[in-house]
Parts: sequence; structure tokens; C-alpha cells
Amino acid sequence: MIRTLLLSTTAAVGLALSAAAQDVAIVNAKIWTGTDAGTLENATVYMSDGTIQGMGVNYAPPSGTRLIDAGGNWVTPGIIAPFSRVGTVEVGAEDSTNDTNASGSAFSVALRAADGFNPAATTVAITRVEGVTQIAVAPANGGSMIAGQGFTADTSGAPDSISNERAFVYVDLGEGGAGLAGGSRPAAWAALRGAFADARGYPARFMAHNEGDTLTRADAQAFGPAVRGQQLILVAAHRASDLRQVIELKAENLNLNLAIVGADEGWMVADELAAARIPVIVDPFSNLPASFAQLGATSRNAERLIEAGVPTAFAHLSNSGHQSRLVLQSAGNAVANGVSFDDAMAAITVVPANIFGMGVSGTIERGGVADLVVWDGDPLEVMTAPTAVFIEGIEQSLVTRQTKLRDRYLDLDETDQPLAYKR
Amino acid sequence: MKHFFFAMASASLLLTGCGGGETDDTTDSVEKVEIDRNPYPSTYAPYPSAVTLIKDATVLDGIGGEIAGGDVLLVDGKVSEVAAEIAAPDGANVINAQGKWVTPGIIDNHSHLGVYPSPSVSAHGDGNEISGAVTAEVWAEHGIWPQDPGFPRALAGGITSMQILPGSANLFGGRGVTLKNVPSRTVQGMKFPDAPYTLKMACGENPKRVYGYGGGRFPGGAPYSRMGNVAGYRMAWAKAVEYKRKWDKYAEDGGDPPTRDLELDTLMGVLNGDILVHMHCYRADEMVQIMDMSHEFGYKVTSFHHAVESYKIADKLADYGACSAMWADWWGFKMEAYDGIRENIPMVHKAGACAIVHSDDDIGIQRLNQEAAKALSDGRRAGIQISNADAWQWLSANPAKSLGIFEQTGSLEPGKNADVVIWSGDPFSVYSQAEQVFIDGALMYERGNQTLTPVMDFELGQPGEGDLK
Repeated sequence: MIRTLLLSTTAAVGLALSAAAQDVAIVNAKIWTGTDAGTLENATVYMSDGTIQGMGVNYAPPSGTRLIDAGGNWVTPGIIAPFSRVGTVEVGAEDSTNDTNASGSAFSVALRAADGFNPAATTVAITRVEGVTQIAVAPANGGSMIAGQGFTADTSGAPDSISNERAFVYVDLGEGGAGLAGGSRPAAWAALRGAFADARGYPARFMAHNEGDTLTRADAQAFGPAVRGQQLILVAAHRASDLRQVIELKAENLNLNLAIVGADEGWMVADELAAARIPVIVDPFSNLPASFAQLGATSRNAERLIEAGVPTAFAHLSNSGHQSRLVLQSAGNAVANGVSFDDAMAAITVVPANIFGMGVSGTIERGGVADLVVWDGDPLEVMTAPTAVFIEGIEQSLVTRQTKLRDRYLDLDETDQPLAYKR
Repeated sequence: MKHFFFAMASASLLLTGCGGGETDDTTDSVEKVEIDRNPYPSTYAPYPSAVTLIKDATVLDGIGGEIAGGDVLLVDGKVSEVAAEIAAPDGANVINAQGKWVTPGIIDNHSHLGVYPSPSVSAHGDGNEISGAVTAEVWAEHGIWPQDPGFPRALAGGITSMQILPGSANLFGGRGVTLKNVPSRTVQGMKFPDAPYTLKMACGENPKRVYGYGGGRFPGGAPYSRMGNVAGYRMAWAKAVEYKRKWDKYAEDGGDPPTRDLELDTLMGVLNGDILVHMHCYRADEMVQIMDMSHEFGYKVTSFHHAVESYKIADKLADYGACSAMWADWWGFKMEAYDGIRENIPMVHKAGACAIVHSDDDIGIQRLNQEAAKALSDGRRAGIQISNADAWQWLSANPAKSLGIFEQTGSLEPGKNADVVIWSGDPFSVYSQAEQVFIDGALMYERGNQTLTPVMDFELGQPGEGDLK
């Protein structure tokens, strides 16, 4: 009885996931592949067992396969939000629901954002229905310039949706990090060097006592893979001089796997970033001198970085807990400001997939994970929306708490019954 | 510039002498005390403009009309004519706008540019007078830094006018001000001539969070709860009613003039219908409480701002006649924003209520056309069919109405201010940008033209000076 009740309730709220991957072929599609194959018109893509098992202009799926006619519309890889806090916060201002940061914690690198991830959070589905199937989730800085470790996940809402619990260490080396480190950039860099030494000296330097120069024992242990270049270090910084410091850090530690988020003045050091092969995640909306570290901010930043050969991903950084879904609008604006359509698409698919070593490639190609989206128009247009979203070959629900609220209030007539009975 | 005075103070007053006897002619020269309603007047005057004919564009007139391949004629800073075909007057500057779109300039009725300018350093936090829960006496224009680089960025997004509001910390945050988006050395040089003053009020979480310190224990701060919020408004309105009664009596009967109170001056201005109320309010149930309160004290809420739950009471908002100034899709950053949905704006429009797209943000203000586009398409998917031309009302006509400036601007109708944007393409496309922005007929911005791109003082001599932004 209880079991039946639970099942029917789940179905009724409409947030349930499809049971399993079906064999599906999307036909009559304009496929942006993200590979050398470019964009295929009137093409088919066939998914089975969660992977793409066939595709092409003249490809015919096995007979009996369920067909979805895209009607000539776009099909793209699932979109990646490369800097997000989705699933780690429900209501930003309510601390009890907000696991993004921990200003009272004694730990830094040892904090794993994945421990706070709730795949059932409303933000997950609300992000998914915009076509965003993969997220890189960073912890926020609470008490330390080293915020902790971020993770990657899909937006299916399934219990196993995290693909890499310890995808990267997130460090703020801008004004925010300087403040947390004691009040200056020199303090931040001294702390970072101390943290490197603690991690490299672990466990030897912790034999006699429990604290290193910068890190606790647990943090030093957790920082090990990153300082050995086995884990990405994602650095937040904007000012050109700060970015040069990061480039120098890489030059002195060639094994480090570094990427930068923010980089509003990245265009001023674009050639150096390209030479150092440091990828960046930029916000194409950022064009104001919001701080003294962002005086050179311009909407042409993305165009110039890409032109210089810097691997460039796009993020919508504002309210990353709820609005990282707007990364498609960010990419569209980047196109309006000089970036090619293909580069903008890559900046929200292939490039972030590579930066984070996600379980997906951000492409549509044979053998790849079947993460893809069918759109009702140009995917970067603000008036376009997904008509179908697949994650690992499973068609996803496009119902969210928001669509249910909408449907309840579309007709305000409560002559016969209060609206609370309607769903 | 024009000064306004309270009507009640317009007559001269005969003061009685100490002896109580009949007055004589010598007292006729004693005038009643007058409150200057416009002591910081606009000094803005339109910049020089040419007779301009914009040819062969898709024209959205801002009040629901669309002309394919239409012409717009600007003469002496005003819209002169909008038609399918207009002959070029002698000497007119003719712009071939084939493939382009022409709209009224966008009006953002909720901005904090200047009071929370870039860079957002601590010294620049001039938008919330947090020192008290009721600060109706402060005026946003006294906190505006006209050198905010956000102004020219907004201009490049097609913003021709905007309301600058105090923040939402307080129950009564103070007076807002409506500006033309023209660079100026002074705030007065930006003030929209003859625009009425506005009053910012705030519902819900912000005032009680800011003032309810002490955990609700004595001697803590008030308001601590939404109950306290409403009590705080009502106490202030009750005082304002009494203040107004004194001034009305003084106007009628003379005697000693009432003691000036700057806080109550503003509230009395609302009760007299001279000052328009703009109220930050997210939750549906709270908006309805506020509408009742306005009836209790005899004023009107012109516009609810943020209004994340307006879709739940769109019928009641239509009956009352308040606008809702909304985001397309902001939600979830606090509890009262938790029920935000993407179809809020079209659902309000569908109910026959006044819908406005606002920014509250120095980034969002640069692309309000895209925010309207998102809402429009999400509405259509929910079965709410609204034309592009009708949707443009959210961006110009409706905000103009909410600011009391619709007779001057907000649509492309003959005689109105020539506040006009030429877009590179369909402004509901992410790929389109404002190419030329006219304010009172003067070309104040042209994309890619260094000589028509303002650079604020703060940006001079800094990285990126004069760069494409």
C-alpha cells in the first residue's frame, strides 16, 4: 500500500525520471556535432544503451526504433554550465538550504562540494529544462581563499548523477581571496605557496604536529593530487597582473593543471595565456569596471581570447546557484560581440568538457555518451527552447516546480474550488 | 526651470494682529509659507539634432503597432511622423534602415545606476539610507554619481530613460528620480524635465532582515516581522495624514505654518497625488495587503517592483490598476523569490494588467529587449499569444506610464520626444544590438563610432579606455 502510494505520488508530481534508456533515433535534424564533421543537415542520430551508436545524413536506424522527428530543427550536445552551484543551494539567502560555503569551517581543500549535492534540488530540473545537461559545481569561498573541491555532474536528478566527486580545487586569487587570506594579494600568494609546501610535504611535515604553514592535515592530504598535477586547480582572478601571476605559477610548476574563471582582463594577456595553455572560463556579459580588478572588462574579451588561441569556455557567473542555465544567452551575446557561432557553441560544450575531463565529450559522435538536446530553433537564440533533452540516452522530464506553478495559475478562476486543489 | 508649489500655498495670507482686531492693508504683503516642490530642478535641455528620416525599417511604435518597411521622421527633437512612406524634407538626414528595426527607446523603471555605481567599492554604496526603517526624506538624486560607467553601457543597450531608485532596505526608502540617459556633469543635467517624483517602498524580507536585529528581543530593532512591516507603514501614513491635515488647514485658514518635516513632505506628496508610489514586493499575498492599505490611507500604488508572484493575482492587479515591473526569469535567491516562473510577464499581460520588464541590475539593463524576448516566447509556449509589437509596451509605453512621463515619451507618436533606437535587426533576437540611439532627436550613441561613444571620467586613463564595451 505504501509502495503504491509512493509510486503514484511520484508520477503525479511529474518530476520522475524515465525508467531506462530507450533506443531512440532523432531524424530530420540539423546536428551541431562539435567535431570536424561540423553541422549536418537533414541528419539522423541513433541512441542505444546510453550511447550514440549511429549517425549521419544517410544513416538509417535499425527498424522498429522509436523515431523523433526534429522537423529540420537543431540538435546539439547537452549544454555544459562550467561554473555553477546548482544542486548545492535551494534558496540563496536561507543558510539552512545553502551548502555552497562554510565560513565557520576549519577546513579548506578538504571541503568537497559534492557532499552537499542534492540531485533532487529544484535547481537541477530547472537547469535541465533549458538544455543544460552537465554542470561543474564549485564551492564558494567561506572562510578560506581555497574554497574546497568542486565536482561534475549531470542534471538528470538521478542519485548517481555525479561523474567526478573531486574534479577540481577552487581557489580565489583575486580581491576576494586577498581579503580572506588576511587582506592583501601578497597574503594570498604567501598562503598559496604555503599550501603547496604543506601538500608536497604531506605527511612528513605533519608527523610532529597537526598543522602546516597554511593547511590542516586533512587539507594538505586533500591538496596532494592537485599540486602533483593530477587534479585541476580552478583559479578565480580578473586583473591582468593577477593573471600573469597565475601564468608564472604554471611556468614554475609545469605539471600543474590550471584553469582560470573570470579573467575579465584576459584579453590583455591573451597571448601569454595561449602560450601557457591555460584555459579560461569567462562571462560574456561582464563589461563593467565592477571592481578595480576589472577595469578592462569588455564584451569583446571572449572574441580576443579565442582569436589568440586560448581555450575559452563561457559561464553565466551571476547567481550561479539558480541562473547558470543562462549560459546559452551568454553564448548568444558572445556571438553578437564577435565570436563565431561554432566557437560559442564549443565554449558551452567541447571546451568545458575538456577543461574538467567530464564523462562526456560535449560532442555528438558515434560511440559518445548520448547527451543531447532537440531545440525548437537556433539554440543560442533567447526565444528558443528545448523540445527534448536526453542524458545518457534517457529522455528527461521537462516538468519542473516552475512549470507546475505556471499551470496552476494560468487560469485564475476559483469559482468552484480554490486553486490549491489544482495540479 | 519651472518650479512647482503646493496649490494650497498659492494665495497670500492675511495674518491677524496680536490684538485680534481687523487687519489693515499692511499685512497683505505677508505671504503664506510655500514649500518648494522642485528645489533641485532639471537643467537638461535637448542636444542639437538634425531633421532625421529613418527609411524602410521594421517599425514598432511601442503601443502595439508594427509597420514593415516603415519610415520615421524626427523633427526638432520630436517624433514628427510614422508612416509606410514619408517624403524626405529638404536637408533631412536620411538613414537607410532596410533590414533594421526601429523602436521607442527602452525605459527601465528600476535601476540603481549612480547610487550603486561601478566600481562597487565601499565608498560608492549610496543607495540605501539604512539608518532608519522610514527614510522617506532622502532622495536618490542626492546619491547619484553621474560618472557611473553603467550609464553609457545602458545607452548602448537602447536605454533612453530610467528611474533611479533608493534600495529596498527600508519600509520607505526615499524618493526616486527619473533621468534621461544623457551623460552630464551633474544629476540635474540628466533629470527628465517635469517628471513627477516617486517614492520607493519595500515589502517583505529586506526591511525585516535589515532592521529586525537583536533576534526580536528588547531592545532590538523593528520591524522584525511582516506584521511589523505593515505596522511601520501604517504608523507613517497615519502621521502623514495628520501632517497633510495641518497643511490643508493652514492653506485654508492661515495661522502659524506647520513645522516642516522632510519625511512627511514626501508622504504628503503621495497623499496629494503628486508623488507616485513604486513598491518592491515579491509575494502575491503581500501585494494584496498593500493594495488594501493604500485604500485605507487614500493613495495609489503605481507599480509593484520585482513582483515575482504577480501571476498569482494578475486579475486583482488589473482591477486595482497597478503595474508590475518584473524580471524575465530571476528566482530563488531568497524565499520570497522562490515561486518565480518564466511566464510571469506574459501572464500579467494576458490578465489585462500593466506589465513592465525591469532590470534592477547594471548588466541586465543592457539587454532588456532580450529579457522581453525570453518572456514572450515562454508565454507563447504556454499558449499566451502576444505579438512582438504588443510586447514592446513592456519596454517603453508601460514603464513611461508608471513614471508619469507617457505624454512625453514611450511611444513613436507624433509630438513625442524623439527617444528612438535603431536596432541592427529584430530586437527580440540575441544577435541584434542597438546601433543608433537618439534622445530628443539627438544622436547620442552610435555603435563602433568612437566620437559617439561616451567615456566616463572614471574610465579615462584606465585599461580599456575607449574600448568597445
